Amino acid sequence: MGSYLLRRLLIAIPSLLGISVVLFAVLALAPGDPFEELATNPAVPPEVRTALRTKFGLDDPIAVRYVRWLVAMLGGDWGFSFVSRIDVGALIMQRLPTTLFVIGSSQLLAILIALPVGIYAATRPYSLFDQIANAFAFVGFSLPTFFTGLLFILVFSIWLDWLPFVYRSDISATGWQWYLEHARQAIMPIAVLALFQAASLTRYVRSAMLDVIRLDYVTTARAKGLGERVVILKHVVRNALIPVVTLVALQMPAIFGGAIITEQIFRIPGIGSLLISSILANDTPVVMAVTFVFACLVVIFNLIADILYGWLDPRITFA
Amino acid sequence: MGRSRPVSPAFEAWRRFRRHPLALVSAAVLLMMIAAIVLGPTLWPVAINDIDFSARLKGPSWAHPFGTDDLGQDLLARMLYGGRISLAVGLAAMAVAILVGTLIGAVAGMSRSWLGSALMWLTDLFLSLPQLPLLLLVIYLFRDFLKGLFGPEGGVFILIVAVIGGLRWMPVARLVRAQFLSLREKEFVEAARALGASKSRQVVRHILPNALGPVIVAGTIDVAAAIIAESTLSFLGLGFPPDIPTWGRILYDAKDYLDIAPHWAMFPGAAIFLAVLTINFIGDGLRDALDPRKVM
Repeated sequence: MGSYLLRRLLIAIPSLLGISVVLFAVLALAPGDPFEELATNPAVPPEVRTALRTKFGLDDPIAVRYVRWLVAMLGGDWGFSFVSRIDVGALIMQRLPTTLFVIGSSQLLAILIALPVGIYAATRPYSLFDQIANAFAFVGFSLPTFFTGLLFILVFSIWLDWLPFVYRSDISATGWQWYLEHARQAIMPIAVLALFQAASLTRYVRSAMLDVIRLDYVTTARAKGLGERVVILKHVVRNALIPVVTLVALQMPAIFGGAIITEQIFRIPGIGSLLISSILANDTPVVMAVTFVFACLVVIFNLIADILYGWLDPRITFA
Repeated sequence: MGRSRPVSPAFEAWRRFRRHPLALVSAAVLLMMIAAIVLGPTLWPVAINDIDFSARLKGPSWAHPFGTDDLGQDLLARMLYGGRISLAVGLAAMAVAILVGTLIGAVAGMSRSWLGSALMWLTDLFLSLPQLPLLLLVIYLFRDFLKGLFGPEGGVFILIVAVIGGLRWMPVARLVRAQFLSLREKEFVEAARALGASKSRQVVRHILPNALGPVIVAGTIDVAAAIIAESTLSFLGLGFPPDIPTWGRILYDAKDYLDIAPHWAMFPGAAIFLAVLTINFIGDGLRDALDPRKVM
């Protein structure tokens, strides 16, 4: 297991490096100059600007700049926000837990919906239940998250007035009341993300189940006289879930995309809404850092999926 | 022995496609939407920027079937205009994704050297990029530059199409490579090779036509994904400029008036949903129709 882990880690490093090259290339190719503001400012003489350029090494060759940028990123030195003058690392750390909470709980909810529905639909393929589930899955992943979010706000906040539609991090209540308020305001964003995820996940679970359910060992299990429940839950589901783990990991980039939109709609103070507000405020260091964090999260989740895969699938050797 | 009439592959696909009722209904609905978008502005000749403060935020009526927005502009006219852009972006981004994906997949599938694995490594790398943040980053950095080059509308259009297409070619490349790897060893390709067909002729005449089925399906789904991506950007206020009412942009403007004018958000949202849903169903129908292993 140890060497398998190590090998996976070693595979993750080049892809992280590759992502950093892409990000840096995008930044370096972009027209415009971080010191443009200074150029148009008459109070700053041109000599100061050239001195600053040399000091920050903007005239160095691109490879040198990349290595310096990468070292700074890895060392946690992400610069300062142009707008709030706060250390970017601190700004992101302050916001990251909220994003991870929303993404994590919506993933969990999506799995809780998709597993039973997908498994039940696969045990009765082309039945009425299967067709209805399939139709709902299509509707689910055709509804863009921004529209579902608005629909939820319209129905549950405006018409029924059950749930608040602005996410507040400064709830004054204490004790149970505090938890209750937090849960109430988190329901809608989590549900929006979870429904979108559950839709595609249901289809994956169903097709993975159908691939396994036809195999000979399942027939053997039935022939041994095992109950249908045991056959499905102990023999089929366990093996069918192995590819699903990979698919969940491959979906991670899409989930982060959905999280950015949801955070924007419900005004959740996470890194997604930080990204949007920094883009609108031309706050380049924050934009770069948040994109880098998203990229790192994707790689980390892929790594976790690989490890889970190795643990779940006995056919993968650790040697 | 009676000779049956020869059936063209396209006709055969259509015969199989008809067996999927939801796909058939979806195709009809989508065709109606496209017809409305193409012909609409001539049948409904209301200016998209006709400001009328006496009819602000009005619900649907005979004068304004889809209601009006906060400036009293007719929503039906704006949606017909915006639909053209949304669909054009979807189709153009799909074309970019298919072109790049097929090219990279074909090269990787034909190559027997390190080039194939290098290209697949690149594909996997792109697959693990966080797409929406990167999309936002590229648009943030290049928007003003391209606006200056091609004008506000053209610049944003080129940028959005290039970026969406450039971030969606990976599944196509994987599909094409997998098809190529198996097809290039088949007897009919060997026969072509034995007859002296050049490598490019083998690819273009023999391998590629047989690999196209899954690519067509992926391309259909890509149109839907590109429409969602474009509306997402517009919804975040980072897509087309405010005077170009794409469906996502109308939704973005409407979201602050959800309590007093819900129709303003519902119509464009429903249009995006309907377009994406029908395209996804058509993709599902095509998957069945173009899969030769599936008996129908």
